[in-house]
Amino acid sequence: MTREAMKEHITRFLPDALFEESGEWLNVYVSASAWKGFAQWLRNEALQMDYLFCLTCVDWPPTAAAKTQAPPDTSGGGLLTMVYHFTSTVFRHTLVVKIKLNRNNPEIETVSDTWRTAEFHEREVFDLFGVRFLHHPDLRRLVLTDDFEGYPLRKDFEDPVNMIKL
Amino acid sequence: MYRETQIIETDNIAAAGADAAGAALVINVGPQHPATHGVLHLVITLEGETIKKIEPHLGYIHRSIEKMCESLSYRQFIYVTSRMDYLSAHINNHACALCIEKGLQLEIPGRAQVIRVLMDELTRIASHELWWGAMAMDLGAFTPFFYAFRERESINDIMEETCGARLTMNYMVPGGVMYDLHPNFQKRVKSFIQLFNSKIDEYDDLVTGNIIFQNRTKGVGVLSREDAISFGCTGPVGRASGVTCDIRKLYPYEVYDKVDFDEIIETAGDSYARYQVRLKELRQSVRIIEQLIDNIPEGDFQAKTKAVLKLPKGEFYSRVETARGEMGVYIVSEGGTTPYRIKFRSPGFSNLSALDHMSRGSKIGDLMAIMGTLDLVIPDIDR
Repeated sequence: MTREAMKEHITRFLPDALFEESGEWLNVYVSASAWKGFAQWLRNEALQMDYLFCLTCVDWPPTAAAKTQAPPDTSGGGLLTMVYHFTSTVFRHTLVVKIKLNRNNPEIETVSDTWRTAEFHEREVFDLFGVRFLHHPDLRRLVLTDDFEGYPLRKDFEDPVNMIKL
Repeated sequence: MYRETQIIETDNIAAAGADAAGAALVINVGPQHPATHGVLHLVITLEGETIKKIEPHLGYIHRSIEKMCESLSYRQFIYVTSRMDYLSAHINNHACALCIEKGLQLEIPGRAQVIRVLMDELTRIASHELWWGAMAMDLGAFTPFFYAFRERESINDIMEETCGARLTMNYMVPGGVMYDLHPNFQKRVKSFIQLFNSKIDEYDDLVTGNIIFQNRTKGVGVLSREDAISFGCTGPVGRASGVTCDIRKLYPYEVYDKVDFDEIIETAGDSYARYQVRLKELRQSVRIIEQLIDNIPEGDFQAKTKAVLKLPKGEFYSRVETARGEMGVYIVSEGGTTPYRIKFRSPGFSNLSALDHMSRGSKIGDLMAIMGTLDLVIPDIDR
């Protein structure tokens, strides 16, 4: 499916979705509240995005979020952007979905029931970024120890002992 | 063999996933277990001999490579990635180099492209060989390990000569490869291919046709096509379930669109299918090398690049096919000399997540036959 056709389908389902086309693939921003329904629609309806090949998160602390994000983040709390990369094994088109979360209280619905691979990936993001996935079947730490404090992949994380800085 | 065992109290049985009537036994396999090939810890809930649930516990070799890369420059961070999937070091480096070249919109010389593909395929052969030996050893056949390592040694020697290292080569750099090929390279690769072609049938005689081996792997750990896609399984694991997922075919990079090779697809989805996919891939890799080894173009082995690389603001993603499946590198750049955020999508991570689903209902004795064919490399999963 071409970029235009994908945009048309998405706009019809979710009129307030924002697009960004500078990169290699079509990026779409959706709100956290619309995510659950949108995810199920992506997987099962017209676009048939059955393969979630990358799920990650990017941290934008307040100063970076206000300076570099478009539109600039004025909440003052900073952002955590969830990034989902999808491909359809039927049509071979690729879509990137991004969801901006409040950095002080990051919460989003899980999609591990729609794409099973999300279960582990979401646990990883929970562990390293502190994003809480609602209704996740088994939201526990994945790689770090149970008593670890802080979220290492956030930009403001400092480890007094093991940090590599050049 | 197992580190410790414990019988769960009756009130915890429901939580552990077993029925209230049967006694559930929880055993720990790993983190120091000879068949997990690394520090992987599996907590297995059993009912009798039947597996009810497997929980992988990760992190014993977590080094937070992604965080480390945020403070390393675009030339430096490639060195760290050799330490993720150390059996596919070349291909990891390749993925990173491709991603940076995408950001810089850099065209790399034809000679470098061919060298990269040759190295990738040699790595793939070496990696599959190690898997083949180790997998047979997990199932109790010790001889294949020596056979596999005999041939793998020649590849390591070739790598040592050209790249200066045997495992963590760091040979691919943004813009091409680090040094030109060693003058002996072509000769040694050709003699290796000749040797390997005569040995590869021996592998089939030794293991594939063995009736005990077939009984232990056929119909074991079945993964359906839909589940393989949903779990994000790629590489031989995905292809054994009938998923077309070879990045070399779907999104060709370097000269993969100019060489002739088949994507191996099996449909059974069991351990035997995964075994067969890998063995057949060995022959395809040989085919690719045979086509390229006499056609290495003359010219530069590295494009001209600046000493300090700066990626423009934006996001870049590159995908390559490692020996284990699809490897992705996702770079978010703010225009500086270091990545703002980097994410490695490692194939082993997704393949491991399907282990619980594949093994439920199997006997504990089949676990190694299932896990062996996933070809897990733990540093690649923990990162």
